[in-house]
Amino acid sequence: MAENTYDAIVIGSGISGGWAAKELTEKGLKTIMLERGENIEHIKDYVNANKHPWEFPHRGGRTQDMIKDYPVLRRDYPLNETNLNYWTVEKDSPYTEIKRFDWFRGYHVGGRSLMWGRQSYRLSPMDFEANLKDGVAVDWPIRYEDLAPWYSHVEKFAGISGNRDGLAQLPDGEFQKAMDMNVVEKHVSARIKAHYKEHRDMIMGRVANITEPLPGRTNCQYRNKCWLGCPFGAYFSTQSSTLPAAVATGNLTLRPFSIVTKILYDKDTKKAKGVEIIDAETNQTYEYFAKVVFVCASALNSAWVLMNSATDVWEGGLGSSSGELGHNLMDHHFRAGASGVAEGFDDKYTYGRRANGIYIPRFQNIPGDRKRNYLRGFGYQGSASREGWGREIAELSIGGEFKDALCEPGQWRMGITGFGETLPYHENKITLDKSKKDKWGLPVLAIDCEIKENEMKMRKDMMEDGKEMLEIAGLKNVSTYDAGYTMGMGIHEMGTARMGRDPKTSVLNGNNQVWDATNVYVTDGAAMTSAGCQNPSLTYMAMTARAVDHAVKELKKGNI
Amino acid sequence: MDRREAITKVSWLLGGTIIGANLFLEIGCTPSPEKAASAGSFFNTDTIALLDEMGETILPATSTPGAKAAKVGEFMNVMVRDCYTPRDQGIFREGLERMDEQCKKEQGKSFMECSAAERTAFFTKMDAKQKAYMESKSPEQPSHYFRMLKELTMLGFFTSEVGATKALRYVAIPGKYDGDYPYKKGDKAWAT
Repeated sequence: MAENTYDAIVIGSGISGGWAAKELTEKGLKTIMLERGENIEHIKDYVNANKHPWEFPHRGGRTQDMIKDYPVLRRDYPLNETNLNYWTVEKDSPYTEIKRFDWFRGYHVGGRSLMWGRQSYRLSPMDFEANLKDGVAVDWPIRYEDLAPWYSHVEKFAGISGNRDGLAQLPDGEFQKAMDMNVVEKHVSARIKAHYKEHRDMIMGRVANITEPLPGRTNCQYRNKCWLGCPFGAYFSTQSSTLPAAVATGNLTLRPFSIVTKILYDKDTKKAKGVEIIDAETNQTYEYFAKVVFVCASALNSAWVLMNSATDVWEGGLGSSSGELGHNLMDHHFRAGASGVAEGFDDKYTYGRRANGIYIPRFQNIPGDRKRNYLRGFGYQGSASREGWGREIAELSIGGEFKDALCEPGQWRMGITGFGETLPYHENKITLDKSKKDKWGLPVLAIDCEIKENEMKMRKDMMEDGKEMLEIAGLKNVSTYDAGYTMGMGIHEMGTARMGRDPKTSVLNGNNQVWDATNVYVTDGAAMTSAGCQNPSLTYMAMTARAVDHAVKELKKGNI
Repeated sequence: MDRREAITKVSWLLGGTIIGANLFLEIGCTPSPEKAASAGSFFNTDTIALLDEMGETILPATSTPGAKAAKVGEFMNVMVRDCYTPRDQGIFREGLERMDEQCKKEQGKSFMECSAAERTAFFTKMDAKQKAYMESKSPEQPSHYFRMLKELTMLGFFTSEVGATKALRYVAIPGKYDGDYPYKKGDKAWAT
């Protein structure tokens, strides 16, 4: 037992788990990080990162075999041949869709920190106050001021490039030099500013790609191949950032192939004493013990671990006493917006492939905006670029002239897509489906959720507001689109173990501690009380660092 | 292609046309779950040689190399074998036969026997046919076989080493971003 005893256990090695491991080990705690999947070593295991496009036999496309093997991943862009090994093998880890839910998972060291979109935004004071103000779900137990210093802490280490734009709904942070807009984006941004004054802005995306070197990391080389893994370490991932820092302390043990099956709960102390795992390769069971457990397995799997734990005390699992565990599942809905053609920039082009775009922060339901028939709002992401060889050329069909025309860039186009807040609905939930087992004989999740009227109304504005702004900016042939959205597609699962002020209506308190076992902290998307419309990973980083600080202080005081 | 690129492709696809997007994204269509052929060569060497010539007619050598130099025939062999559904494989294979018959009827000889000018004339008509068909078809209906041939040729050529580095411009590691980069008519497009 002694060799299986640590000061802290971290479940999961993605964005949140990596941060927990870094902070715990730097504060001197002997920590084991348990990852259910294989190891992927920084740089060495990014096997496709330096390939040219023509070195992929299907040029990055998808084969019929892949379509057959990945019935979920095939539903959107992630299924492709360039980073297929970063996505979960679906036949090993099935789940039940009571309603369609697109769950795009990465089971390996680093989790989805390897493939994430890297857009990094703070939630704002109004986001933390929104539930209280609107009478929706429960109030956040923390306010922006509680998290602000921790946002600064994680931004400085992760390396976020962006401008300080001075917007109330999108607080500034500790940014590296921003990337540049291109000429068309600058033009559109200026026209939006001129028309809407202080009520709407189009800003440069804030992104976890560094523009200035950090220790062990080179600034972004503008290859735009981030999701293959970056040999320059130019974007934040567990591998490029938190893992090396944790390893450097000498306090970290990383154990891949470790599927945590339950948290071991001690009825006498009312605390967790450790976890049980199955070794994914040998199917052997092991126990690990620690004073504190950080659950960072991603929103759905963190809830799964809790549901599987202490079931002799609570039928619904550890943290289920409120009746909210597994409920309030949220995502961000997107894939609706507008695009148009920019004329007058034929003498301009771009050099380099910028792994970033523009951002239009939320402007709906903010003072100065018109009345909306829904709560909350959405921001836009997008970019302008010149069309490539895939375009139609009206007057040409085949032959030398056609080919030579396609060898030149086409017209400039700009497209924007809304990313909208999803409200926390109690009935949007996950449960254990004990009738179905995964490769290791473990019960799987059943997912039952959908967007509702508030989100559907918002999607109309994503199209209409987008069209209006692009037209005001002078774009031509502006068209709108709604390419359809199913929950999960945003890959921003949140809310399944929400924070709150009352143990009767929430799973976690304001320090991310499980009310029913205070030495268990949940600091990934599961903790979110509301979703905001901002990309959420930066918030998980900040919450995790804050929770570790709390846990270590509480340990010293002997409170946990 | 990450999410940002995928979103752009979707928005452009719905607002206009993008060649070959169906090979990367499922836009409103659900391919057959049946398994396509995968082992071995799908086309014989004669057919691959024919596809090279057909590709060259669509994207010929000009001041830069053409589709044949990029070995698009072999590329099509791999793509049709691995990425096409059995239904689309059938349409493509049958389409090659139909074009052969049509060519003999119109030109009095096979495609391989035609001169470059005759091939161009024949394919110009074929392209008009596919455009008319593609505009009138419902989303559930399959693509026209000539559309498939054209898409595969373009994808195979412009993403090949020859296409990317000789016909287009390619820089593996740009190292910087310039969003105000000068352009004059005739400058090549970036490959990626």
